[in-house]
Amino acid sequence: MHLILFLIFAAFSLAGAVNLLLQTHPINSALSLIVVMSSLAVLYLLLGAEFLAIAQIIVYAGAVMVLFTFVVMLLNVGEEEHTHGSVVAKAIGFPAVVLIFCVVTTVILETEKRLAPIRLTDRITTVQDLSKVLFRDMLLPFELTSVLILVAILGAVALARKEGHT
Amino acid sequence: MHAAVAPSIFDAVPSSWYLILSALLFTLGVVGFLIKRTLITVFMSIELMLNAVNLSFVTFAHDWHQVKGQIFVFFVMMVAAAEAAVGLAIIIAIFRARSTLNVDQIDLMKL
Repeated sequence: MHLILFLIFAAFSLAGAVNLLLQTHPINSALSLIVVMSSLAVLYLLLGAEFLAIAQIIVYAGAVMVLFTFVVMLLNVGEEEHTHGSVVAKAIGFPAVVLIFCVVTTVILETEKRLAPIRLTDRITTVQDLSKVLFRDMLLPFELTSVLILVAILGAVALARKEGHT
Repeated sequence: MHAAVAPSIFDAVPSSWYLILSALLFTLGVVGFLIKRTLITVFMSIELMLNAVNLSFVTFAHDWHQVKGQIFVFFVMMVAAAEAAVGLAIIIAIFRARSTLNVDQIDLMKL
């Protein structure tokens, strides 16, 4: 059961990511990214992270992607223009990408013996477990993120405001 | 009442599969960053990379029975939300100044 669910949603997320690259219109890319994020939420559930699965749906697939689609529609972005792109990106970028993937995969396969297989019957992390750590050990970083969000809101308003409306 | 269900191969997935999926998604994000020519889709590729790394964090948190890995994902989500708000505001400001979102034409820091 777990294997089947994993394969289905891993395939969804990979298909969404590939579609993000292939689509030329930004709104189609944004919708593919929503597919990726929603299937990742299901994978978080399979890993027993119930709070993060819901947060992924609400924060990422909900708030962040709505912001993206709003901006795509607000700016009326059209089809992507086909340009040749930078030679440096092609010459160095793609070999580097392949190299990174090969190195990471090799390391993962080397350490595979030390990792336990994941079962659906494993213990899940409840919101209580999470909040005990978050509000005791991590209280200061948690409060600091609220300041960060406030600064981000002020920065977004200041940047997006029209010139002359002071 | 029911006989104990024999454990089948369908019940367990190796942790490394999740990690390899995460590596694949990250790689696709980097490729998107390199080949996409619209500023907003480049920004979406960055979000894809952040999500891929989050999947690794959750997998390791599950493997080591540590809650702190999940806390880290929570912080990454918060920072990504703040980053998306500021980044999209910058994109709007650039579009006002240049009337284009093609990254080949936006190569000066000055607006």
